[in-house]
Formats: sequence, structure tokens, C-alpha cells
Amino acid sequence: MKRLVINKIVLALSTLSAVLGLAFLAWILITLFVKGLSSFHLSLFVNDLINNGLRNLIIGQFILAGMASIIGIPLGMVAGIYIREYGRGRYANIIRNLSDIMMSAPSIVIGAFVYALVVVPTGHTSGFAGSIALAIMMIPIVISTTDSMLSLVPQELREAGIALGASKYKVIFDIVIKSAKVGIMTGILLAFARIVGETAPLLFTSQTSNYFTLDLTQAFPSLSVSIYDLASDVQTSSRDLAWAASFILTVMVLVINLTGKFITRNKK
Amino acid sequence: MTLMSIKKFSFTYPGADEPSLKNITLPIEKNKITALIGPSGCGKSTLLRSMNRIHDLYPGNKYDGKIELFNETSKKYENILDIKKENEFIELRQKVGMIFQKPTPFPMSIFDNVAYGLKIAGIKNKSELQDRVENALKGSALWKEVHDRLGKSAMGLSGGQQQRLCIARAVAVKPELLLFDEPTSALDPISTGAIEELLVELKKDITIAIVTHNMQQASRISDYTAFMYLGDLVEYDKTENIFLNPKEKQTEDYITGRFG
Ligand SMILES: Nc1ncnc2c1ncn2[C@@H]1O[C@H](COP(=O)(O)OP(=O)(O)O)[C@@H](O)[C@H]1O
Ligand SMILES: [Mg+2]
Repeated sequence: MKRLVINKIVLALSTLSAVLGLAFLAWILITLFVKGLSSFHLSLFVNDLINNGLRNLIIGQFILAGMASIIGIPLGMVAGIYIREYGRGRYANIIRNLSDIMMSAPSIVIGAFVYALVVVPTGHTSGFAGSIALAIMMIPIVISTTDSMLSLVPQELREAGIALGASKYKVIFDIVIKSAKVGIMTGILLAFARIVGETAPLLFTSQTSNYFTLDLTQAFPSLSVSIYDLASDVQTSSRDLAWAASFILTVMVLVINLTGKFITRNKK
Repeated sequence: MTLMSIKKFSFTYPGADEPSLKNITLPIEKNKITALIGPSGCGKSTLLRSMNRIHDLYPGNKYDGKIELFNETSKKYENILDIKKENEFIELRQKVGMIFQKPTPFPMSIFDNVAYGLKIAGIKNKSELQDRVENALKGSALWKEVHDRLGKSAMGLSGGQQQRLCIARAVAVKPELLLFDEPTSALDPISTGAIEELLVELKKDITIAIVTHNMQQASRISDYTAFMYLGDLVEYDKTENIFLNPKEKQTEDYITGRFG
């Protein structure tokens, strides 16, 4: 009898918190869509921020995330392959733990770290500094995806390669990685989605810019940092632009995430 | 003629107190099928996996005794337990291939699967590759089913076809000895029958050692049978003697189904 009552209370409480959580999420998304869409206009994709558009910010955001991927994906994959396929015992575990700690490091701390490491010595903010900060966020995610996807490859597949006279590295690169390819690619896509909307690591590394630029040695335009600036602006027009920018950024992240989920589902 | 001669062989896994194989002496006769039978955990796989030293993928194993493989060029027996260098291991595994319980197709086309070992062995000539892939597939009774889709992924084949593909892949490199670890236990009876037929066909060119749980299978296809129990080799003889006229009580109990 008592168990039944407790059961019901727990059920009611967990339902309530689930509903509460979903309600807040819906509230945020609805507000974002309503306010974002009302300030949305196709000319936003044509003009740069200096002319009240978002073109340079969208392109800049992708370039920063793209540069971060160029740095972060190979490093993360190599480390992931090392700890799963080569590392035995101590070293592998040290890297795995370090990577887990890095994954839970607050992004603002990573921003501060890169500020001290790159921005201070070079004397100014730059696209490179921003990319490095994003790459540092990305690496542990790529490591852990690579590690766990490789762990799903059956051991017999490796043994079958070895039994044909292949060397270990041939087996890893011809067979094991190929088997885990879809999983690893999905993980990388989700890691990209994770960093493409980040603000804190860019705030004092690449900052943002009102102009279109491809020069990564200077302050670099990004949607997320500009949203932060525009939203705290006194002018209403700026705040409307911030809503439109937030809307676009959210849709971008959603689309990338859903693509990742879609690929995973199709695989199964 | 004896192709491989296992002499006073013991094997201990890393961290284990007791050896998993104790003082095994067993010949593997050329162009014959030798079956390893015995209850689960008696060391059949461990013995089979010593014959191409696939154990060495994992560090810390302890080998004692000898496993001698006849070298066709020098006409001498060479102890494979002496092997230490990477290129010698590769050479050993090209001579002694292995088929696993679950089919292990590689995530590539049917053609590339069969060509994989050949490419590793250094064969680059396209027409030679094509000939040898075709011959291997014909030799594994798979050619008719796949000749019009060699470029398609091997993952689309049925379980039985995948297993025959793995056999074709192993046969393509022309090994002297092929090791099979319960190759049909994951397959339906029809696929199992096809593979048993194939093994009997293959022994004209290749020596075979097979681990099997299936008593009927051992008696149907093998020429020699070794019965193992708790890491010991209890009895080794011609298959008909083991099944009709075993010398040891333990062997008799096992094949009549009184335990295991
Ligand atoms: N990787 C391993 N590490 C330690 N012990 C093992 C390992 N693999 C198998 N063993 C042990 O070795 C013995 C023989 O196993 P195995 O050769 O797989 O038996 P079988 O193939 O006859 O069923 C068993 O007692 C098993 O527990
Ligand atoms: Mg076994």
C-alpha cells in the first residue's frame, strides 16, 4: 500500500518536471520563432552588419567553425584511434580522462585560456584565436566519439584482417575505420553542431566585426558574439536584428543536429 | 605426410594461474581434415589460435613446447613459436589462414574482400588479381551467386554467403593450412551443408583444422579427430576409430552424449 502511494507521488513528480522542462523549451522556441520571424527578411542574407544585415556574420561563423574542424577533427580522431587501437593501460587512460575533463570544462574558461595563450602574445584578437578556442572544445568530443565508435567494431574483424597477413595499421585504416565510418562522421557532425553556435569561447578571442572579412589574423565576424552585442544595445532596431540572428543560428544548429540524427537512424 | 607437428605444447593466457593447454602433442596431416572436439572451454579455440599465433594480437601470452610447420622450400620443419619479427608473422599468416565463427566480411565490395589478402601479398597486376579472385570464388562455390555483382558491398550477402566469401578470401592467398573455428555454428542447415561440402572439396589443395561443437559434422567431414578435455588432449585417432571404437572412457562418454 505504502509502496503504491510512493510510486504515484514519484510518477506525478517526474511527469510534472518533464512537462515543466518541455514547457520552458517550447516557450523559448516559440518566442524565438515569433520575434525572429517578425524581424526576418531575405535582405539579411545580402547585407553585412554595417548595413543592418547578417551576411558577414553567418559566413564568419561558418569559417570559424570550419577552421576549428580542420584543426580539431584530425587531432581528435588520431587521439581517439590511439587510445582505442594502440594505447594499452596507463597512457590511454590518462588521455581518456583528460579528454573527459576537457569536455566538461566551461567554455568561457577555454576562451580565457586561448586569450592568455594567443591573444595576449599577439596583442590583438583574431579569427585564428577564435578557431583555436572552438577546436579545443571540439577535440574531446571527437576523441570520445571516435573511441566509442571504434569500440563497437567486433574484435573478430580485426583478427580476420591480421589472419590474412595484414599489419595492424593496415587493418585499422582499411577495415576498422571503414566499419565505424558512419558513426564517426555522425559524431563529428554533432560536434560541429555543438561548436557552431558557441559564444563564450569567441567573446574575447575573435570578438566580432561589422564588416565582411576573410582575414583570420584580425577580429572576425560571428553571429553568436554579435547577438550578444546587439541584444545589449539600446536601439530597438539592433535588438530586432539580434532576434533575427538568434533565429537563424538556432535553425542552423537544429538542421545540423537533425541531419546527424537522421543519418544515425538510417544506419540502424 | 605431417604438415604441422605440435609437440609438448602448453599455453597460458596473460594473468592466468593455470595453463589453458597442457602438454599437447598432435600432428596435422597434409590434405586431410582434422577435427578438434570437446566440451566448451576445453581449449579448442586456444589451440587453433596458436597455430597461426593470432593470440599475439594481445600481449603477455606464454607458449611452451613446439609447433613445427613444414617449410616447402627448405623441406624442413620450422618452429613457429620462434617467430618474433613482423614480416615473419605476416608470412606465417599467409601460410596459415583462419575462418571465424561469425562471418567477418570487410566493409568493401565483394571483389575487394577477396582481393584484400592478394593485394597485401603484393599482387598488383589487374588481370592476375581478377583471375585469382574469380578462381577463389569458384573454388568456394560462390561464383555463380555473385559474379554479376562483384562491385556491390559484401555486407548485402546472406550469412552463409558471407561465410563462403570469407573462405574465398582466405583461399585466394593459397594458404597451406586453413583453421576453422566453429564456422557453421551461426548458420542455417542448408548453408552448413554447403560449407561442409566445400571443406571436403578444398582439402585436395589445402590442409584443414576445424573446431566443431557438432559431433555429426566431425564424423561426416573429418579424417582425423582430436578429443580434448580441460586443456588436455585425451585422444587422437582416425575419425572412424574415435567414433566407433574410442580407446578412452572419457572420449566414449563424450561422443555418446553422456556429458558436455
Ligand atoms: N582471453 C582469455 N584470457 C584468459 N582466459 C581465457 C581467454 N580465452 C579463453 N580463456 C580460457 O581458456 C580456456 C579455453 O578456452 P577456449 O579455448 O575458448 O575453449 P573452447 O574453444 O574449447 O570452448 C577456458 O577455460 C577459458 O576460460
Ligand atoms: Mg571456442
